[in-house]
Amino acid sequence: MSGHAPTRRAPLLTIYSALVFIFIYLPVVVLILYSFNRDGVGGFPPRHLTLDWYRQLVADAPIWDAVVNSLIVASCSVALSLTLGLLAALALDRANFPGKALFRRLVLLPLILPGIITGLSLLMFVVFAGAQLSLLTVFLGHGTALISVATTELFAGLQKMDRAQEEASLDLGATPWQTFWRVTLPNLKLSLIAAGLLIFTLSMDEIAVTFFLIGRDNTLPLEIWGRLRRGITPEINAVSTLIFAVSVTLIVIWYRVRTRGLGADAQELLEKP
Amino acid sequence: MYSRAYKTLVSLPPLLWVGLFLLLPYALMFAHSFWVVHDGVLVHQWNLHNYLTLFSKPVYVEVLLRTMRIAASVTLCSLLLGYPLAYYLSFHAGSRKELLYQLVIVPLWVSYLVRGYAWKTILGSEGILNGFLQYLHLTHGPVAFLLYSPFAVVLMLTHIYTPFVFLPIYAALEHIPRPLVEASHDLGAGSVQTFLRVILPLSIPGLLAGATFAFVLSLGDFLAPLLVGGASGTMIANVVQSLFGAAFDWPLGAAISVCILIITISLLFLSERLEKRWSFK
Repeated sequence: MSGHAPTRRAPLLTIYSALVFIFIYLPVVVLILYSFNRDGVGGFPPRHLTLDWYRQLVADAPIWDAVVNSLIVASCSVALSLTLGLLAALALDRANFPGKALFRRLVLLPLILPGIITGLSLLMFVVFAGAQLSLLTVFLGHGTALISVATTELFAGLQKMDRAQEEASLDLGATPWQTFWRVTLPNLKLSLIAAGLLIFTLSMDEIAVTFFLIGRDNTLPLEIWGRLRRGITPEINAVSTLIFAVSVTLIVIWYRVRTRGLGADAQELLEKP
Repeated sequence: MYSRAYKTLVSLPPLLWVGLFLLLPYALMFAHSFWVVHDGVLVHQWNLHNYLTLFSKPVYVEVLLRTMRIAASVTLCSLLLGYPLAYYLSFHAGSRKELLYQLVIVPLWVSYLVRGYAWKTILGSEGILNGFLQYLHLTHGPVAFLLYSPFAVVLMLTHIYTPFVFLPIYAALEHIPRPLVEASHDLGAGSVQTFLRVILPLSIPGLLAGATFAFVLSLGDFLAPLLVGGASGTMIANVVQSLFGAAFDWPLGAAISVCILIITISLLFLSERLEKRWSFK
């Protein structure tokens, strides 16, 4: 709100907005609350607070195996999509090649299409290629789909970069290789961190594409999914609460990095691909 | 300024990767939709059989229409929740604006599955809402129709897409030059008139973007129906999923996917055109 126009009072709108906030946060609050409830996920009010479900969770080997699988997939996906996303962003920013417009749209497709379409297409590809479903195929799916996120973030970073620095570096006798490592990449540091965190979070949580590419080893969301079908216990609340805590931490870091480095334009590019 | 080698080096790897692992898989999906399965074996024989089945059997058209209805309800509900919230933040939140904005953003990146699961525990017949109603003596037995219904699907998806709808609307409202609003007030228009004749028209591009997002993403969702929808909440993507699973009819599943893809892309295209028409530059 600009300084010279005082905020008008609108009590009804304020109450309505408060209700929308309650709607947005209610499920999360309920989830966390019932992770401490001895008598399970139903009933009201929650009684007999306990940490039993967290103890049970700590001793639950399959969950931790799934956590490790998810961490591996997410880290590898970050590495792959950042590398290819960086190259794609450089290509879109600096090179002209036949099919550039098509390429730009194609890269972004997994971001706009329903997950099931990307997931099934990759499943057909894996079967077509005669490969087995495993964590490797999950990684292939995440890494490829998330190039879209990396490209958008890094392209925005490149657009904001001062081209003169690179020119100066080349004029002063640095090779293109040196210029890339010493000028281009350091300038993109914030975009790289922001994109990396975002890709990591999205990969840790991905389910629609993973659903079709999963082999014998589960990722964490798929492990939880499997358990939901068998019946629900507050142990799932407990693990969800922990996931929530980790995502919020990552989001806060991501948000700090991004507001400091990129500002609102990049955000818009991401939201409206 | 960049050499030809540099350009080739940066373009080639992503082009090859995207061609191999994105373009080829999508093309395979397209190709499958023209093939058929005979006695459990995929036959690479080009024909329109799947598309004919799709439009001649009422069950598919019915599910597709139900899916559209659910997606439209989700879009409408998300707009009804997201627009006033965005308007409040942009025009009335004062110094708390930044904090509130971040509070809307946070749930955006919080696990889809976790939030869906939370609704399941709230709506179930032995769930929290029923417990709450009985605690207040408003009902005596459990109310069973809450979970496993199209209502539950709409509720869950609305919850997930409200922040998505909020974002572009908020961005559009923030871009409205404040002097325009002040001029409208100075020239004697009331708050309602200013909203209807100045603010709303200028926010249409954001509104369209948000609505398209909510509609398109709901259209292809298959997890919410599995989680909270039950049989009556089945959506088109669930049909695809079962054709690829137990029913083992990949070509028919691929044909439905191609239809979803075409609907999605046409909607995105249409909304892009409309947004351009409505933007005031």
